[in-house]
Amino acid sequence: MSTATTAHHDPYLAHHFDSSEQQNASAKVGMWVFLATEILMFGGLFCAYAVYRHLHPDVFEFCAGKYLNTTLGAINTLILITSSFTMAWGVRAAQLNQKKLLIGCLSLTLLGGAGFLGIKAVEYRDKWVEHVWVGQWNQYNADYTGSDKVEPNASSAARTPAPDTRPIDPHLATADPNTGTANESKIKPHFTVDTSLAAPPSAVSASRETVAYENLSTPDKKRVNAFFSCYFLMTGLHGIHVVVGMGLISWLLRRSLKGEFNARYNTPVDLVGLYWHLVDLIWIFLFPLFYLIH
Amino acid sequence: MSVAVSNLNVPVVCERRPGDNYINHSRGILSWIFTLDHKRIGIMYMVLILANYLVGGIFAMLLRIELLSPKPWMLADPDATKQLYNNMFTLHGAMMIFLFVIPAIPAILGNFALPLMLGAKDVAFPRLNLLSLWCYGLGGFFFVYVLFSGVYHAATGNILPGGFGLDTGWTFYTPYSTNPGSGGNVVAATLGAFIIGFSSILTGINFVASIHTLRPKTMGWFRMPLFLWSLYATSILQILATPVLAITLLLLIAEKTLHIGIFDWKLGGDPVLYQHFFWFYSHPAVYIMILPAMGVMSEVMPVFCRKHIFGYAFIACSSVGLAMLSFFVWGHHMFVSGQSPLVNSIFSLLTFSVAIPSAVKVFNWTATMYKGSIRFNTPMLYAMGFIMVFTAGGLTGMFLGSLQTNVHLHDTYFVVAHFHYVMMGSTVFAFLAGMYYWFPKIFGKMYNDKVGRVAAVLIFIGFNLAFFPQFVGGAHGMPRRWATYPPEFQIYHVLSTIGAFLMASGLFIVLYNWVAALLIGPPAPPNPWGGNTLEWATTSPPPHDNFAATPEVGDPYNLADWQYVDNKQGWVKSTATNVRTQA
Repeated sequence: MSTATTAHHDPYLAHHFDSSEQQNASAKVGMWVFLATEILMFGGLFCAYAVYRHLHPDVFEFCAGKYLNTTLGAINTLILITSSFTMAWGVRAAQLNQKKLLIGCLSLTLLGGAGFLGIKAVEYRDKWVEHVWVGQWNQYNADYTGSDKVEPNASSAARTPAPDTRPIDPHLATADPNTGTANESKIKPHFTVDTSLAAPPSAVSASRETVAYENLSTPDKKRVNAFFSCYFLMTGLHGIHVVVGMGLISWLLRRSLKGEFNARYNTPVDLVGLYWHLVDLIWIFLFPLFYLIH
Repeated sequence: MSVAVSNLNVPVVCERRPGDNYINHSRGILSWIFTLDHKRIGIMYMVLILANYLVGGIFAMLLRIELLSPKPWMLADPDATKQLYNNMFTLHGAMMIFLFVIPAIPAILGNFALPLMLGAKDVAFPRLNLLSLWCYGLGGFFFVYVLFSGVYHAATGNILPGGFGLDTGWTFYTPYSTNPGSGGNVVAATLGAFIIGFSSILTGINFVASIHTLRPKTMGWFRMPLFLWSLYATSILQILATPVLAITLLLLIAEKTLHIGIFDWKLGGDPVLYQHFFWFYSHPAVYIMILPAMGVMSEVMPVFCRKHIFGYAFIACSSVGLAMLSFFVWGHHMFVSGQSPLVNSIFSLLTFSVAIPSAVKVFNWTATMYKGSIRFNTPMLYAMGFIMVFTAGGLTGMFLGSLQTNVHLHDTYFVVAHFHYVMMGSTVFAFLAGMYYWFPKIFGKMYNDKVGRVAAVLIFIGFNLAFFPQFVGGAHGMPRRWATYPPEFQIYHVLSTIGAFLMASGLFIVLYNWVAALLIGPPAPPNPWGGNTLEWATTSPPPHDNFAATPEVGDPYNLADWQYVDNKQGWVKSTATNVRTQA
């Protein structure tokens, strides 16, 4: 109580903390815990990626090789890592009372985020032109509604699975899953592992050359859209995080122009820095997992 | 009240109006909606959560009434009745899980008691705390509206603006939820659950940061009250599990709106992957429900047995142990979903290991009672009821965790009875115990203990009558989630419905008891039960900033210093020992 009353002239100290050290420590713990929730949230998507890539390695190789632009991805990686560096420098500048340096670093970081999103927009536009967006805008999806056939083989094979009449999943196909418990005995497992959906062993150890659509196995041809679902969901959610990060950095920039940060009070710079590094880190995983697998 | 303050033997440093407390500190509805005070946020959570509990409970009663007869009879058309039944059990399950059992103890009692127990003025992030309440209110309103619109549609054939409700069950299982034309308004319901999830995450972040950084220097980890240990373990689960639910629900929304083909089997997706994702959250969520209940038990038991808690370190560590184990048992919900026998065996083994920390707790509470001078006040009756129903619910979990019996019992009423014994029985009993325990502190009023005890006995009898027959019926093969059933199961359903009505009447007596206490109850002393945790060191109700002076930290379960004076002053710490501990 006595420490609280002595420190009360600090305008940034909330009433329920004894000291700014305690407040700073609380904010740090809270931020790290929040970053843990972010990692867990992306973890679900990485898990879906792992499952589908494990089941259909050829699909991922085919799509990554044919549709992803490694050069643009590499440039983006470079941009984000640089912006992480300027962010870290900015945190240091705030701690050392270097106001101009802080403003410069934050501006550069903001510029990096904008550059990243710009390049990402170019990539997304390319996917749109090639008819490989998600769902009904993806020519490999069974629900595809477009008429353009950029890849005659691909779209015709994906949309008219003439030679392949095998049901997707024997268990589910024999019983309508909507009829509920009455048919449940049919759906219930037979305690056998159905490996028909997995790629044949020979395909797994295929050569390093880019896989052609014709060489994909029939179950794989039906799962091509899973790659794009993973790609757009993961890069899209990451992109939303970049936008949020840029908003936070703009807020920091505004406050630092007013000169609110100094050696004693710089917690927001520190915390946004942590967040920005996490966004960067997630991209560092996304880049090799999508762009460097073919 | 001024008499009570002087008995605390602490110097009053802050000057304030006499009788000023957090409830009358500021006035007006906006001073509540925009408050940053953890106590007021706890009260607002209480109002919202109890209202949701009432709605979910009414629909539980409607389900029980429908099940009195083997034939669907509520509406003229049997098929419409079945659809109504599907919508109603979805509403009951989803509301009770997401809006009542998960937030009940942490958001109401945790919010109120955690900073007090730490001797702090507030939680670490008061604004996040308020945001969490708003998320709960907004998401909850949205969620309830969607669920209710489904019931309304099934009952009357009319469509409310915005949807057909939800009939997938509270789990949103694919392919029920992904097939076009089935499931109802899955996207809207999912979005509601998504927003509510954020309220849970924010509470978790707040509690972890508060426990780490707001503890007084003299309060080491192993001098914390056990309620804080269990809230800490709960928060870890909320932080690590809820984001996985968030991404799962986002994927489900993407599946419904964009047809991404991750879960939809027709687009090459895997419906079982949804079950894995969902239970990776929802099994830890079961422990989000039970761990705070165990924390309440650990507070109530020693105080009403007038005895130091038995095995403090074991109880504390078993909370964390349960939290960790809960992340590795999700597969036991999918023993019949087509997992490999090896995976099933591993999950079964891990499931059995959950029994160890659970039993550690039960044995420690029982040992606390041994040779204690037990006071049968209302909180203690609920606590003893908890031990009984938790033991029954926990042991039947072993039946379900073993592979062979699970194949027989899966999707029967045995499962329904099991989880109601653990959630409705254990968590609600502990919630009521905690509410009765902290009621004098929260509102500064004493309730009629005799009425409280009558209600506790009635609820205990009604609960067992409602759910024990379901064990028997389920073991005989009565499937869950059916609106109709063969006539030989009718006796179990009739008994169950009678029990449900007994329980409901008991809960209404509880409500009457609380309202009567608020209106005409005598003022509560600062320490009506003789507890030694820090919340009893301030006035009832506490002042706006919790403590007039920094309270002195000691062993939270050292009850020997407290002497009972009378109804007005409650328990008072004897001055002689006070001097000794200060020296």
